[in-house]
Amino acid sequence: MALNSTVKEMRLLSLTDAANRENWQACKVTYGAALLKLATERPEVVALDADLANSTQSSRIRDAKDESISRRFFDVGISEQDLVGTGAGLALAGKIPYVNSFGVFLSGRAWGQIRVSVCYPNLPVRFGGSYGGITVGPDGPTHFAISDIAILRSLPNMTLVSATDGAQVPKIIEATVDYPGPVYIRMGRVPLPVVTTAETPFETGRAYVYRKGGGELVLYTTGHSVYDTLEAAEILATEDGIDPWVVNVNTIKPLDVDTIATVAKQVKRGCVVEEHNIYGGLGGAVAEALAGSHPLPLGFIGIEDEFCESGEPMELLREYKLDAPGIVERVRGYLSK
Amino acid sequence: MKTKAFPYPAVKYDDAALEKLARRLRCDTLCMIHQASSGHPGGSLSSVEILSTLYYQYLRHDPANPERTDRDRFVLSKGHACPILYAILAEQGYFPEEELCHLRRVGGLLQGHPSLHIPGIDASTGSLGQGLSLANGVALAAKLDGSDLHTWCLLGDGELQEGQVWEAAMTSAHYKLDNVTAIVDRNGLQIDGKTEKVMALEPLAEKWLSFGFHVIECDGHSFSDLRRAYDEALATKGKPSCIIANTHKGHGVSFMTDQAGWHGKSPSVEQLQAAVTEICGDKKIESSCMKTVLGEVKGGGR
Ligand SMILES: Cc1ncc(C[n+]2csc(CCOP(=O)(O)OP(=O)(O)O)c2C)c(N)n1
Ligand SMILES: [Mg+2]
Repeated sequence: MALNSTVKEMRLLSLTDAANRENWQACKVTYGAALLKLATERPEVVALDADLANSTQSSRIRDAKDESISRRFFDVGISEQDLVGTGAGLALAGKIPYVNSFGVFLSGRAWGQIRVSVCYPNLPVRFGGSYGGITVGPDGPTHFAISDIAILRSLPNMTLVSATDGAQVPKIIEATVDYPGPVYIRMGRVPLPVVTTAETPFETGRAYVYRKGGGELVLYTTGHSVYDTLEAAEILATEDGIDPWVVNVNTIKPLDVDTIATVAKQVKRGCVVEEHNIYGGLGGAVAEALAGSHPLPLGFIGIEDEFCESGEPMELLREYKLDAPGIVERVRGYLSK
Repeated sequence: MKTKAFPYPAVKYDDAALEKLARRLRCDTLCMIHQASSGHPGGSLSSVEILSTLYYQYLRHDPANPERTDRDRFVLSKGHACPILYAILAEQGYFPEEELCHLRRVGGLLQGHPSLHIPGIDASTGSLGQGLSLANGVALAAKLDGSDLHTWCLLGDGELQEGQVWEAAMTSAHYKLDNVTAIVDRNGLQIDGKTEKVMALEPLAEKWLSFGFHVIECDGHSFSDLRRAYDEALATKGKPSCIIANTHKGHGVSFMTDQAGWHGKSPSVEQLQAAVTEICGDKKIESSCMKTVLGEVKGGGR
């Protein structure tokens, strides 16, 4: 297959621009705005929250001046199970519900409801899974979503999209609103580097080559780790002469096995980089996809099966070696094995 | 076999001592949250009297032996209010007061929400709604072992919207857990606003009553009224008790009082200084955490 291969073709921001803090964006800001726009255009769109409307920015619907929009917001209080069930009921009656909470509470407190009330009947419930990963920061381990990919992708019918950055969120909302069945959108909490632009392609179910490399190594990644992985790839290219491919697995389920395998065939080894436990996340998904037909030795770069600790988001990325220097170090460690 | 005496509760903590201590604990709490640049002042301040009465006058515990199996247990189900609990535990010597200044920091002991690996913390919480079940489990084990330990559990009022709380309430009553006391910090607020507006809880006392609890209402900022409630809870046999402690979120700092906006916001330097001035009044209040944080603030350290 033909690979969209260059940064130019993908219409990405240069890494220098991406690193510029003035360009950083928080997913929730763009999410709230996109949700409001959608609710304005589509009367069947409704929004629900469980006492976190300001944090998730579903408050944009609640606080809409137009009463025909604000009446489509429901706060169920602090009750995530009821939140998901109510969303499912709204979907049963023909609405397109956007169900919002922190990722750890949606996936962790209401998994049983997501499973039986939403996924089994294959209802078009959309989950705004904010606060993904460890960049949640000072709230600490109880609030980190580092098992969400694992437990959500094991649910039949679930579609799991991972937002690359704040700029991409409106694109995802637009592309998934009419996608069949349940869709979970995993997003980060804080303002983080933006690599995509309005022209960067996004299609549900596709992975994209963000950096074309040589014959040595591919780095599969997703979400906010895409930026740090691209940075790491540059360092590896200049300092180690490795020239890695970087694949943004933008949708984790259904997995774009085609793109993942096509790149795998070009290289000797791969690493998977993600802000998630090394067990069951993107690493597991890629390994499952390749094992049968295109086996590739893989290294897994993520959270090493621990709950981690409180800290500032950037400090935590450094501490758990998920920033560019940390990724470089871990890739080198893997390659030297 | 006669068990060794516990250093707490200690008689020297009369109301005058507690009153002074409460001021200091409020200051520590706000200094910690300022230093961390994040955290939850509102729900910490509403629980100051509830927790100081409990930790100095009721709970049988021993800071030198945090793991003593015959100690009473406390579950902070509203885990986000941990700064006030950490301040108490530090004051009682569970860990160095210095740790308070590293709240929520990489390498620090004190996590953003309570964790069992912290000395003095009896349960890992922070995902709301889970604490009463834990308290029930401890209480059931105590009954099995013939232990007379008592389990206390503090819940937020917004937290009561979690279904698990009511599942647990049925368990407490079904097993006649008179060694469990649930305390509800009834400050009337949650993140998105007033509880009665977001998801109404009233009639709340009737709910607990119909779930099989002995229900006691009290002024959650009055030491004497809290004591009346705690005594009544301990004296109640054959069923669990629920104390609805009427409080004000952000109590003790006028600009934070009853303000939903102060649920999860760190005070600025100016706000911290104003709050400390108001809390201390004409009293001289000191602590090492205040010294560090306010000293840095004065010295322009941050
Ligand atoms: C399961 C779960 N859902 C959501 C949250 C986020 N959250 C933290 S505090 C809070 C509001 C708590 O309100 P309340 O129980 O009344 O506590 P208080 O007013 O005493 O601070 C929420 C929704 C959480 N910690 N856990
Ligand atoms: Mg409250």
